[in-house]
Amino acid sequence: MKPIPSSLWAVTWATLKKDIRLEWRSKDALNSMLFFSLLVVVIFSFSFDPNAEESREIAGGLVWVAFLFAAVVALNQTWARELRNHVLDAYRVSPAPANSLFLAKALGNFLLVTVLEALMAPLFMVFYNLRSLGPAWELMLVGVLGTWALVVNGTFFAAVSLRTRSREIMLPLLLFPISIPAVQAMVEATRIILAGEGAARFWIVLLLTYDVVFTTACLALFETILNAE
Amino acid sequence: MKRLFPILSVITAALLAYALYQALVVAPTERTMGDVQRIFYYHVPSAWTAFLLFLTNLVASIVYLIRRNPKADAVAVVCAEVGVVFCTVVLVTGPIWARPVWGIWWTWDVRLTTTLVLWLIYVSYLVLRRFSDSAQTPMLAAVLAIFGALDVPLVYFSIWFFRTQHPQPVIGGGGSLDPRMWHVLLINWLAFSCFAFMVCWSRFRLELLQREVEHAHAMASLAGPGGAPAKPSLPLHRSAS
Repeated sequence: MKPIPSSLWAVTWATLKKDIRLEWRSKDALNSMLFFSLLVVVIFSFSFDPNAEESREIAGGLVWVAFLFAAVVALNQTWARELRNHVLDAYRVSPAPANSLFLAKALGNFLLVTVLEALMAPLFMVFYNLRSLGPAWELMLVGVLGTWALVVNGTFFAAVSLRTRSREIMLPLLLFPISIPAVQAMVEATRIILAGEGAARFWIVLLLTYDVVFTTACLALFETILNAE
Repeated sequence: MKRLFPILSVITAALLAYALYQALVVAPTERTMGDVQRIFYYHVPSAWTAFLLFLTNLVASIVYLIRRNPKADAVAVVCAEVGVVFCTVVLVTGPIWARPVWGIWWTWDVRLTTTLVLWLIYVSYLVLRRFSDSAQTPMLAAVLAIFGALDVPLVYFSIWFFRTQHPQPVIGGGGSLDPRMWHVLLINWLAFSCFAFMVCWSRFRLELLQREVEHAHAMASLAGPGGAPAKPSLPLHRSAS
């Protein structure tokens, strides 16, 4: 028998690996997210019918709203899986650090949403005739920071809403108000970069601040949430 | 304490009436806006009161997280509820004032947007409390209050930058306030704060009673159908003690 890992990173890695394997075998979350955001793309395209110039203006908002809604799908099933067979209770009594569980779940969701974005981005480009006028690496940076902003609080609030009635609807109700500044920063940064207006630095710094503040808050308070009895 | 409540209620009512008189009759009419400006005496005191209540909610939440004191949690609920009411007053009186003065109902300006987001956060706080009736609710709610408090400065900065980038055709406040207006404003704020305090107080008592009733019901059902010993703790008999 292999020794049981107990350091923060070992447990994080083990949990993350388990979640990735589960998702790889079923692909439930990824498929539903992909189809969901595809539907959003198509419906928005019908509702607004933009030309190339307009779509550059609205694409930032559109892309992120689609990803935000799709991310909720993945976030909702993050913890639900652990409720079966009382896995979460087992975590609670195990000596593994609580934050490693949170980090693993957040990183897992981050990977999932990133894969979704990588697959959906070309589709957006095609359907809306988009061509970025600004540097692409800035777009990638906004993507990474923005996804983490959604996912870190999303994972946390999914754990919070686990204890409530009708938790599937509870998550967006808790997550969206808190995410307002992050969403605004992502949307504005994306719009500015796509339109090639240059100065997206403020929004990137704001996103980074949001990420740092809320990652710290989540790590500081997750144990309280996990052990709340 | 119980005798103090009616006395303070009467004082608050008198203060509110005096403040109303001050705002509608005594305060000078504003030169450009006219009588519409008098809504200022409700709008601003409500906003200050709401912010004060949200701040109290935050402090009570932190105290709850550290001490696990159920009274701190009761204070937090009460402040959130009354704060949302006052914040709603702000968000309703704002557009009523803005429409004749600015010509628009709403603008995504720093203070308006931050107040709206604050309102949204506290509504979600109340929804969380409503949807979760387990013993962990106070803890979850306290954590949400802290997240909300961390969020508000970020909202403020993001909107502030957004709006300085895209100026709106809005006649900003600016200028200095007539000392007589200051006087009326402060009296109104005092009256509103007293009113909020009285509402919070009675709501706080109600909350404690409710918890006692729930506790008694839980004990009664634990005792089973023949649970006679649980009965005396029902709050119906409470006034006797």
